[in-house]
Amino acid sequence: MAAGPTYSPIATTTATGSSTNVTFNSISGSYTDLVLVIANVTAQIDNVGITLNSDTGSNYSRVILQGNGSTASSNKNSNQTYLYTMYKDTAGGDPVMSTTQFLNYSNSTTYKSVFTRQETNSSGTKAVQAIASVWRSTSAITSISINSGNANFNSGATFTLYGIAAA
Amino acid sequence: MANTYTLIEGKTLTTTAASVIFTSIPQTYTDLLIKFSARSTSTAGVDIYANLRVQFNSDTGNNYNGILLFANLGSPGSGSYTSLSGNAFSYANGNVTTASTFSNMEIYIPNYTGSNKKTSSVDGVVENNASNGFVEMAAEIWTGTSAITTIDLVSIYGSHTADSTFYLYGIKNS
Repeated sequence: MAAGPTYSPIATTTATGSSTNVTFNSISGSYTDLVLVIANVTAQIDNVGITLNSDTGSNYSRVILQGNGSTASSNKNSNQTYLYTMYKDTAGGDPVMSTTQFLNYSNSTTYKSVFTRQETNSSGTKAVQAIASVWRSTSAITSISINSGNANFNSGATFTLYGIAAA
Repeated sequence: MANTYTLIEGKTLTTTAASVIFTSIPQTYTDLLIKFSARSTSTAGVDIYANLRVQFNSDTGNNYNGILLFANLGSPGSGSYTSLSGNAFSYANGNVTTASTFSNMEIYIPNYTGSNKKTSSVDGVVENNASNGFVEMAAEIWTGTSAITTIDLVSIYGSHTADSTFYLYGIKNS
């Protein structure tokens, strides 16, 4: 039997310019992994974070490999209150993007691994980052909230959640 | 269940080619994804990789900028370019690498039908079971604001060899 589609849109939101937050609720547990694509962000944003299942406790950690166009470096942060998904853009105007994978997100026995690629190539900020994160919770992910640290997401910024099924 | 990850066109080279072009790209998707595996005829220099230029809508002006995070030997590094004639951080294996080895590259282009400048993210490797290899991720931007209808993957050093493969996928968010 041929396999069914395995890369399916779950939900998408286009920002209107009036909010610092986008949330996907009631995420189905029927996929294997999730992919969140954030694109067309042109606002002069501060760092953008993600909280899962409304958990704002110090339950997130990450290691970051990054390049700024001249040097590469790495950071490690433990006991954070959010996942890190998009770097600040000090100028705004040029679109920036990130892609985040949530692996084995619906199981209820392990902590959740998250991998983000983010690209900021604007007139104000240049950063390419690979970010490996862990959410120290065994709960299935049912809610993903994306939060800008300061400015509203610009009108036209897009947030799309896809589900990938192993079979 | 919707299937939103759709092959638009695939090309497998049967002979060398200076470039590979996807034309008349449908405007019905949200994002585009290019996956290619390529090798160059170039033996120029000692680098194991050969740059491509990825050009949109036949724009060969100096309208492309990029930054790069990479590792090959030793510590990782970062680099950048401004005002080149195409996105420049996609690579083929150079012809100095082990025979029959090809690069592995992905280029993700969100919101390709929009009216903003067009961002691309690139992930790729050039590996050949020898003393040097190369892994990278890059952020690139084309300052054009037109919807992307054509993508040209140009070999800057030499030509793409036979058996290089190029696939263009469309991804819809609904």
